[in-house]
Formats: sequence, structure tokens, C-alpha cells
Amino acid sequence: MIKFFLMVNKQGQTRLSKYYEHVEINKRTLLETEVIKSCLSRSNEQCSFIEYKDFKLIYRQYAALFIVVGVNDTENEMAIYEFIHNFVEVLDDYFSRVSELDVSFFSAVSQVFHTSWQRTG
Amino acid sequence: MPAVSKGDGMRGLAVFISDIRNCKSKEAEIKRINKELANIRSKFKGDKALDGYSKKKYVCKLLFIFLLGHDIDFGHMEAVNLLSSNKYTEKQIGYLFISVLVNSNSELIRLINNAIKNDLASRNPTFMCLALHCIANVGSREMGEAFAADIPRILVAGDSMDSVKQSAALCLLRLYKASPDLVPMGEWTARVVHLLNDQHMGVVTAAVSLITCLCKKNPDDFKTCVSLAVSRLSRIVSSASTDLQDYTYYFVPAPWLSVKLLRLLQCYPPPEDAAVKGRLVECLETVLNKAQEPPKSKKVQHSNAKNAILFETISLIIHYDSEPNLLVRACNQLGQFLQHRETNLRYLALESMCTLASSEFSHEAVKTHIDTVINALKTERDVSVRQRAADLLYAMCDRSNAKQIVSEMLRYLETADYAIREEIVLKVAILAEKYAVDYSWYVDTILNLIRIAGDYVSEEVWYRVLQIVTNRDDVQGYAAKTVFEALQAPACHENMVKVGGYILGEFGNLIAGDPRSSPPVQFSLLHSKFHLCSVATRALLLSTYIKFINLFPETKATIQGVLRAGSQLRNADVELQQRAVEYLTLSSVASTDVLATVLEEMPPFPERESSILAKLKRKKGPGAGSALDDSRRDPSSHDINGGVEPTPSTVSTPSPSADLLGLRAAPPPAAPPAPSGAGNLLVDVFSDSPAAQPGLGPSPEEAFLSAGPEDIGPPIPEADELLNKFVCRNNGVLFENQLLQIGVKSEFRQNLGRMYLFYGNKTSVQFQNFSPTVVHPGDLQTHILSAWPSPAPPGSTPMIPVPRPVTWPLRALHSLR
Repeated sequence: MIKFFLMVNKQGQTRLSKYYEHVEINKRTLLETEVIKSCLSRSNEQCSFIEYKDFKLIYRQYAALFIVVGVNDTENEMAIYEFIHNFVEVLDDYFSRVSELDVSFFSAVSQVFHTSWQRTG
Repeated sequence: MPAVSKGDGMRGLAVFISDIRNCKSKEAEIKRINKELANIRSKFKGDKALDGYSKKKYVCKLLFIFLLGHDIDFGHMEAVNLLSSNKYTEKQIGYLFISVLVNSNSELIRLINNAIKNDLASRNPTFMCLALHCIANVGSREMGEAFAADIPRILVAGDSMDSVKQSAALCLLRLYKASPDLVPMGEWTARVVHLLNDQHMGVVTAAVSLITCLCKKNPDDFKTCVSLAVSRLSRIVSSASTDLQDYTYYFVPAPWLSVKLLRLLQCYPPPEDAAVKGRLVECLETVLNKAQEPPKSKKVQHSNAKNAILFETISLIIHYDSEPNLLVRACNQLGQFLQHRETNLRYLALESMCTLASSEFSHEAVKTHIDTVINALKTERDVSVRQRAADLLYAMCDRSNAKQIVSEMLRYLETADYAIREEIVLKVAILAEKYAVDYSWYVDTILNLIRIAGDYVSEEVWYRVLQIVTNRDDVQGYAAKTVFEALQAPACHENMVKVGGYILGEFGNLIAGDPRSSPPVQFSLLHSKFHLCSVATRALLLSTYIKFINLFPETKATIQGVLRAGSQLRNADVELQQRAVEYLTLSSVASTDVLATVLEEMPPFPERESSILAKLKRKKGPGAGSALDDSRRDPSSHDINGGVEPTPSTVSTPSPSADLLGLRAAPPPAAPPAPSGAGNLLVDVFSDSPAAQPGLGPSPEEAFLSAGPEDIGPPIPEADELLNKFVCRNNGVLFENQLLQIGVKSEFRQNLGRMYLFYGNKTSVQFQNFSPTVVHPGDLQTHILSAWPSPAPPGSTPMIPVPRPVTWPLRALHSLR
């Protein structure tokens, strides 16, 4: 089950965050900084799946933006990995050549997210 | 802002956003925001009724301000008003505002629920979808109560549009996850299963998600989904690439739906119907075959999607665990991935193989890859991959390759990440013990462990090695010699000193003949480390010294000199001081016979479940035990899943060092160090004051050991921890395993106490002939009320009150037969 979905840039600013399980507000920032720290410290040769506390993090980097999904261990990691890519492709289509700015300033990104989430389950 | 002007045309909003972006400083931004807030407030309070467009614009601005991080405390009413508008854009903003800024004001909630109800009842699919999304996003209990009955109806209604069905399914899923009791199973469940046959893939996807969640709690209601899922899956897998136009992702048909269907199938055992089973097997074989074919596209997304389906298929095959040729094929496929270029695939292959290793059909096939795995352990750059390789080595270990695997893991330990060292230490200890044919190898391995990662060697590990050495005569001499040599290293870990101290104390006489390890040499070696150690170790060493006095009378004078030293006799630590004083007196006063009797060699420990295994399970959760849960493979393994191990009972008198407060007596390390060994759980000696504070007193719950009547077993290994929590609490769960849960509730008043024991049946079968027994010394009266419904229905927790007047001192032992 997906626990959270984050889009964080290299400086640690969160562009989009969606939590599917209740996490307190102050804990969220902490979670996000720790997550981005572990993603930033990885090189290209390492795999995209990190174990973090009791989640697994699946991340993908697109230019300066990291998309990180936190799942529990019942999820298929490869499927989530491709889902992230699919989502980015949809955004790309919608914004025609999406960039980080579009994500930060457009509130309907979340609506696109929900719809694509429905389609791919 | 391309998007805003495209969709809603709210120019005011666009201007506001660009103003904020252009603000040079935080103060300027706040100033701008406050100005806007004041403007909006005045507009909302104004006499003129706002038109829909303006309302929408202002509510949207408020939402944006909220997302920037400022609190909004007004505007909810206007947002709710927007809900009742007929225009899509206005409704959408209204719903968006409400989903993000949930208000607990009950008036508003009533209005919101009304608006949602109207939208759900309208025949307009877009409005229905908006309403359903809002319910799903908020998912609060009030909404659940209001709508949980309606949504299944919408879901299965024949005239609902596809998009509405999708939203309804996901909404129901959300409500079910939030409050399962509000969603009653009904006749709609059969219709939901039939949604799997729907034309629209989106509906099928949503339905599969819903069914997967529901069938975890109610498997019988959804049993029919298995055959439908199988037929759907085989249609997808064998479809040509032009069939599912919208749902083909880089030439892979409906990858996420396939993965979901496979996951749904993992909730059920393999289908019994031969036709269905045949179709499923064919389908799985097709997937495995496709993996071998050349890829249709060079893009990495194509292979990732294909592999996602492949890995889920392999999980399903492992879950079924009944088709040997599929298992072997899966294993071979994973073996190929182990050496793939892509790190992700290597990681996933190692992970899947770990589960595969515990299946009896494929265990041999997995073992053939041992060299690749060892190589991965040594050469992988990514720590997660190395960790998976270590896990896999642990899972595939058996008698034939134990030595090799243990030595590889020890080598890995030297450079391993600090976070995972403790786990690896536990695993190496378990493997070494389990597959040791020659116990001197076992002793070497543990001593190596202590040498390499001493800090992470927990107590259970070195307790265990001491137990084993004590129980096996043949290895005692070897152990003494090895430990002696290890202690001679210039820098040796404290755990090594503990182990060494204990072993030399017990078996030092076996190597005393050799002049290099004569008694004075042994003593000076140990004493050289004495001052470097912590209090607990020094206490252990003091006990060793008194044992030396017994074993080697020639050292008596030297040791007495040490004991007499001011630093011992007047030591700040109470334990050390007490030991020094008592041992000194013992050595001066007692005759040699008495001394020899008191300090006789430790008797062999009773066989019991390894506490290391329990600790590993606790660390990793239920998955960890799987590698050793091999009652199929190794019939001589201990009964790990049982409850109480029947072992001979032990000490019957309180040890002299039981402290007055009745907490668990600190066992002198010379005594059996095993956590639940004999004299540990000794109790209280509340010889005086009867006014026991309820929190401290409840001794009935402090199980202990007293020589009970006939075959009462001693407490289970975890008894210590389970009981300690009752020192400060009156109620709680006393014991729990797969079969049974025992809860305790107690109350106390002055000198009387009452304790209730609750037995819960956790299995799905009834208990027959269940008779709990409370054992106590004769001076207590116990009444067990005969209100025991027999047999215990499954999953229930019947009450058995056990009232007893409590008089001090009080001892009771409780056990199950």
C-alpha cells in the first residue's frame, strides 16, 4: 500500500506531497528531509529502492526533481517505479514539456495525479 | 501561468500569484497576503451578493494562500455555497477547498453532506464523480456514516457510467480502510465481483483494488473472484498488442492491472477447479516464456513493465508453492537476473529468491547460485543489494554449505554497515549453532563474532555459547584453550572478557596443566583486564576469582589480597562490594569441602528454544523466522511454534540476593545466565506491610518458580518481560502466541486483591479440553469459578474470574497444561 508520494527538489523543497496515512504536520517535514537526504546520497549505479524505517522508498530522479514514493512491503516495486514514470509522462503531455515550475504553481497537478492514480490503480 | 489561464480564466488569481512570486522578501509576501485577505474578508461580508465567478475566484485565492502555509479561518461557508452551484468549475473549486480545509464545525458538515447527497442523487456523472472524490479525499467518519450505505448501490447500479463506477469503487475502498465497520457486506458483494468482467479497464482496475482489500477480511464473500480474475488475466496476457489500445504501455498490455490481478490471486490458495487451475498455470507459463523472448522495444520502460509483471508472477508461484516445474523455472529466471546489468533487477531478484529459498521444491535450485550470491556480497556497491545478498545466504543455508556461508558472512561483517551489524551477528550465531556438527567450530565462530563485532553481540548470543559449552563435555577443554588465547590479544572486547572469565572460571582446570596457562597466569591475564571493564563484567570476574580459589588453592592468597583491597571492599557499587565481602569471607571461613560444594561446576542447562531466534524474530518481524521454520526440512529442529516448553522444574527457594521489593532478582552471573533460568524469577518477600500499593504489589502476576506439584513446567523464556510490565500496571496481556492470548485484569483494595484471567482463542478452531490451572502454595485459597463455557469458541475471549483473597507473602505460579 502506498504510504506517501512526494516530489522534492534537490534543495529539499517539497513541491508536491500526498500522504495516504495520517502523519502529523511537524513529522512530515522531518520525514521529507530525511527521505531526500537518503535519495541524494545515492549514485547512479545504485538501485532505486531504499529501505527506510518500516517503509520502502522507491525514487526516480528527473533533472533536479526527485519523485519518491513510500510503500509498505506488499507492493510490487517495479510496478510503482513505472507508475512514477507514467505519471511524469502524463504531466508532460498536459503541460507540454513539464518543468518544476509548473509543478510548484499549479494546484490541479494533484487532480491530474488522482486521475492517473485511478487509471493505473 | 499557462494552466490557470487555460482552465479557469481567473485572471485575478493569476495576477495575485505573480505578485506573490515577485515579492522580494518574506515580509513583502506577508504584507501582500494580508492585503488580499482583508480584501476577501470585506467582499465576503459585504452587502452585495457575490456572483459565482467572483466567489470562485476568492475561494481559490484563499486555497492558494492556505497552500503557501498560512492559516485560513473563514471562507468555509462560501465554499459550501459554491457546492450548490450548477457550474462545474464553481463546484470543483468548492469541493477542492473543502477537501483541503476540512472543518470540524458540525453545521458545515451537515450542509456539506447535504450538498454531496444532492450531487450523488443527480444523474450527472461529472457531479457524482466530484462528490465521490470529495468523500474519498476527506474520508472522515461522519461522511462514512452518511454515505457508506449509498456508495455500494451506486457502484453496482446498471446505469452508472464507467467513470462513476470507478470513483465509487475507490471511494468505497477508502471508507472501508478508514472505518471498516461502517461498510456492511451485502448482496452487492456478488455484483462487485462481476465488475471484473467489465469492458472498461479502468473499472476493472478499481474493482480489483477494492476486492483485494475487502477479501482480506471476508475471504468467503469474494471467493468467486478467483476464476474471473484468472480469465481476465489470461485474456490480457495473451492479447495482441493492438487489443488494449489505451492501456498498452510501451508495448506491454495493461501492466499495472496484471500486477493487481496477480496480487489479488495471492490472497487465495490455488484454485481447486481443474479448468481454472489449468488456465492459470498456462497463463503463468506464458509470462515466464515472454521473459525469455527478445524485447519488443529497446526502451527501458518496456522491460521494466514486463519485469514488474514477471516479478509478481514469481511471487504468486512462490505463494502457491505447489507446481515444482514452475518453481524451478522461476528460480532459473531469477538466477539470470542475478547477474543483470541493472542494479534494480539484481536487487529484486535477490529479494524474490529469498522467499523462494524456503520452499522445499526449489531449495536445491537456489543453492546452485551460491557462488553468484557470495560474489554479489563481496562486490556490490549498493548497500541495499549487499544486505539482500546476506539475507539470501541466510535463507539458503543448510548443512552442506553452512561452513562456507558462515565464513562469508563473517567476512562481510567486518565491513558491514553499522546499522545492520546486530542482525548479521544474530543470524551468524543462529546458523552456527544450528548447523554445527563439530562444536569446536561453533565456539570458534562465536569467538570470532565477538572479536569482529563485539559491540553488537547481544547478551543472548554469548549466553548461548556458554550454555552450549557447559552442556557439552567434549568442547569444554577446547573452549578454555581458545578463550585463553583470545584473551591474550592486547585489545580485547569486553564481551570476550565476560565469556573468557566465565569459561576459565568453570573449566580453567582443564588447561591448568600446561605451564603457559597455569593458574597464576590465568589469573593475572584476567586481572589485567579487570580495571578496564564495566561493573557487570567486574562482578562476573569476581565470581570467577572465587571459583579460582576453589579450583586452584595455590592462588588463594593472591586472590584474597585482591578481594581485600580497599577498591573492592569499599567499592561504590553495591553489587561489587557485596560480592567482594562475601567471597572474601567465604574463602576464609569455609572449609575446602564446603567451598568445593558451593562452587561446584555448573550443571548442564536444560534444552530450550534459542532466545536468539526469538530476538531475531522480534527485530525483523514475522518474516525472519521463515528461513529456519523448516519443520519440513529438518525434523530435529526445536518446536519453535509451541507455547511452553516442558522442562524440568528448578529451584525452589529464593536466592539470597533476592531484593526486598520483589522485583526480579539479579542473577549472579555465576548462576545460569540464561534469562529465564532457574533462580531468576524469584519473588518478593513482602513480609510485612499488607497495605500493598496496587501498582507495585501484584505478586500473583509475578510468575516465579517454586517447586510446584507434579509436572508444572517453568515459565517460558519470555516470562520475564511479560511479567515485568505488571509491576506498574494492573491490566494487560500476559501472554500471547499463535493459539492463545491470556490477559490479566486485577484490582486491589487494602489487603485483598482480585485477579481476572482472560483466555482468548486465536485460532479458527474450537478448543477442546482446555483446562487452565493455577498452582499456588497451600496457604492460599483459590476459587476458580466454574463459569467456563466449553469448548472455547474460536476467536473469543471468555472471562474466567479468579478471585482470591491475597495475603502476604504471596506466591503463585501459573501454567498451562
